[in-house]
Amino acid sequence: MKMVEKLTVREAVGLMDRGERSSAELVTELAGVIRECDKKLNAYISMDEEYALKQARQADAARARGEKGKLLGVPVAVKDILNVRGQPCTCASRILEGYVAPYDATVIALLRKEGAVFLGRTNMDEFAMGCSTENSAFGITRNPCNTDYVPGGSSGGSAAAVAGGEALIALGSDTGGSVRQPASFCGCVGLKPSYGRVSRYGLVAFASSLDQVGPLTRDVYDAALILGVMAGHDEKDSTSVNLPVPDYTQMLAGGLKGMKLGLPREYFVDGMDEDVRNAVLKAVDRCRELGADIIDVSLPHTEYAIATYYIIAAAEASANLARFDGVRYGFRNRDAEDVLDMYGKTREQGFGPEVKRRIILGTYVLSGGYYDAYYQYGQKTRTLIRKDFEEAFSKCSAILTPTAPSAAFRIGEKVSDPLRMYLGDVFTATANLAGICGISVPCGFTADNLPVGLQILGPAFKEENILRVAYSYEQSVK
Amino acid sequence: MTKYLVTIGLETHVQLRTKSKMFCGCNTRYGADPNTQVCPVCLGYPGVLPVMNKEAISLTVLTGLMIGARIPSYSKFDRKSYFYPDMPKNYQISQYDKPLCEGGSVAIDVEGGEKQVGITRIHLEEDVGKNMDFSNCSGVDFNRAGVPLMEIVTDPAMASAEEAYAYLQELKLILQYVGVSDCNLEEGNIRCDVNCSVRPEGQKELGTKTELKNLNTFKGVFNALKYEIARQMDILESGGEIQMETRRWDADAEVTISMRSKEEAHDYRYFTEPDLMPVVLDPETVAEWKSRLPELPRKLRRRFEAQYNIPAYDAEVLTMDKAVADYFELAAKLSSNPKSVSNWVMTEMMRMLSENGLRIADVLITPQALADLVKLADSKVVNSNTAKEIFEVLFRNGGDPVKIVSEKGLGQISDIETLDGLVGQVIADNDKSVQDYRKGKTAAAKFLIGQVMRLSKGKANPQLVAELLEKKMKVE
Repeated sequence: MKMVEKLTVREAVGLMDRGERSSAELVTELAGVIRECDKKLNAYISMDEEYALKQARQADAARARGEKGKLLGVPVAVKDILNVRGQPCTCASRILEGYVAPYDATVIALLRKEGAVFLGRTNMDEFAMGCSTENSAFGITRNPCNTDYVPGGSSGGSAAAVAGGEALIALGSDTGGSVRQPASFCGCVGLKPSYGRVSRYGLVAFASSLDQVGPLTRDVYDAALILGVMAGHDEKDSTSVNLPVPDYTQMLAGGLKGMKLGLPREYFVDGMDEDVRNAVLKAVDRCRELGADIIDVSLPHTEYAIATYYIIAAAEASANLARFDGVRYGFRNRDAEDVLDMYGKTREQGFGPEVKRRIILGTYVLSGGYYDAYYQYGQKTRTLIRKDFEEAFSKCSAILTPTAPSAAFRIGEKVSDPLRMYLGDVFTATANLAGICGISVPCGFTADNLPVGLQILGPAFKEENILRVAYSYEQSVK
Repeated sequence: MTKYLVTIGLETHVQLRTKSKMFCGCNTRYGADPNTQVCPVCLGYPGVLPVMNKEAISLTVLTGLMIGARIPSYSKFDRKSYFYPDMPKNYQISQYDKPLCEGGSVAIDVEGGEKQVGITRIHLEEDVGKNMDFSNCSGVDFNRAGVPLMEIVTDPAMASAEEAYAYLQELKLILQYVGVSDCNLEEGNIRCDVNCSVRPEGQKELGTKTELKNLNTFKGVFNALKYEIARQMDILESGGEIQMETRRWDADAEVTISMRSKEEAHDYRYFTEPDLMPVVLDPETVAEWKSRLPELPRKLRRRFEAQYNIPAYDAEVLTMDKAVADYFELAAKLSSNPKSVSNWVMTEMMRMLSENGLRIADVLITPQALADLVKLADSKVVNSNTAKEIFEVLFRNGGDPVKIVSEKGLGQISDIETLDGLVGQVIADNDKSVQDYRKGKTAAAKFLIGQVMRLSKGKANPQLVAELLEKKMKVE
């Protein structure tokens, strides 16, 4: 019998449908793995086994009654940035100490409707700000492939849980690469849907115009399956788009024959990790062998992506995080002398250094006298980056790139050098700025035996394109 | 003393009459227990998103159309950041550079004619909560947080406290006409920020202005301006300089007090609200809204004067409330004597409404019934006292005055033969009074008329009775 550590969602559903495994058994087995491994990995912030088991038994009973659900009885790990009614939602921050969500995020409600079982809450960089899951008030998460290395971030807990056998599937959020990069670092699949494809209602906002919820999975099929459940228009999110949601699992087959795939020269630059370059180019060759027509494309404004991204994301974050003031919920400093003092002390003690850095940066770029030079200018370059992609996608159906310029780095290696840390977002942040979709699939290893990710980018609302490329590639190297 | 010119601009915040809040489904009812009309969205909980209230958009645009504003086809919302406990998100969703309405004007009466007060813009934003003292702590009531608030900004176009007051009166009337706000000042539906500066006559550029914050009554605006103008003139007169600052009106002490100087002014760090889509209004929708606009109260006043030949005073009183104006017009159209209809509405109707605490929409007397009653009274079918009694019956129960008169036999007796008989009888029965009358005692005449009225059960036409009595007693 296949170990729960290796099961995909599709396989788990099959087992449950055939009566070979119950949801309760899956939850118990996973809880066992978590007890055993999570002391080391620290992928989870919290896990309520009783609550999970209760849902699992309900799902088992429902299945026995003949009820259907695409995720009936499937245990799902949830990044601790999504509101699940009745559960804490810490965002890995001290400032949300004591907060219990009074409502379900729309994605949670959609998964619940399909019978998903919520297993536990995964670790992350505080408020999704970071690329290594080293900025958490609940300790660092380790990469299951090599525990001396970071799992990536900010959805590092979700990636580590899936790759480390502690979850079949996990939800993450991606603002500048926070699903794709940890997937790449840990060797799993990570999908960032197009902006507006999935409701953001209930996802604690980092940068509202960039954030999307995305799944981390063991294979491409599972990513397609869960996207079909999560996607769609939501009245509660005005930026969600009212387009029909196809059955993505039915659009995976068909192969790559004759499909035009672009290779952007700006994404294969000097100074990037040679092992990463070689692994990705090998994957590109495989796509060519599968019949894809590989063409050169150019995304000329890529060099402005990091600056643009950090201006816009920080600006939006500075306003989004203003609500954490100790007045209505969460942590409050009780020694303050007056309201202003309470704001200061609460935020001083409640936020970690990276969050403070970005709030200050965002406040600065929006300030009178600097707005035009930074925020306004950032909006203009954002438009140019979006146009780069429009131009490129007029020539091809998807674009192939490395997910990150390097494989996972050592814990602590970049902590004291935020700029170097930020530069790691160079290949992922562009998709958020342009609002397009992207997926990272494993494509081999470095000499140190660390996973490398192939990123496939597609036009907005063409998730079926990138899923098909990812699936074809994945099947060919199985 | 030097002569000074005054320049005033107003920012008026108007709570819109929508069923739900600006960005969530919470009720907007006033006076509920603290924090009973709140939800995660208007409390600024983590992860929530705003959803635009379309009714608030249309009410704002309707207001703009009423004052002749341009309605840009593209408008958007922005975040205005500052920390204050009554503001759940510590940013307010407002409109910065692309408001819903631009330009327009409100006409007011000034000495020697009419003046157009230019409007700069009208934009939409969300209201904040209210800091308050609870029994054991201070706290915030968020019931009001998220209620749609329309901000109407004038040009620096008013030259006196009187003009500012007149503008506010006219604006309130317009808002009531278009039905966008309850305009209840006690409930804080209208709140004003005032900008005011003075400069010596002959100086071209405006003087340094001060801003007076959060005035809740029109009288407060008037008094605060009177004080502030005098204060600024005094400073200039004594060679001093006006500080650019924000001041507060202390209504009890009747003074303005400095709150913060320009150096302490907020940097609101406006940027486009990424959680909302821009507002794109298609011209057909705007044209359709425009076609449903009511007449401006000012135009209506002029038209009433001309069309129904009523005095300016009547037109002004009748148009103070759009429902009353509409009622008057319906009745006036059905009557051959609009002035008489006007009198009835202004006196009996207003009296009964205020005595009973009702609005004109609540009364049962139809405009047709009022027109009929006016006809009965004008043609002396009923005397004025009877007419008032019938009015009260109609006011409470409705019905047809003509039927009431015939069923209850209330018709006035104007038939000379019948009256002649009654008068003859009274003269015969009241010899003493007749003697007194002939001696010139006028009280006796009143007594005799009263006797005829009693005999006729109040239906005799008193004027005819008086004439007949006089004639008969002279003859005899």
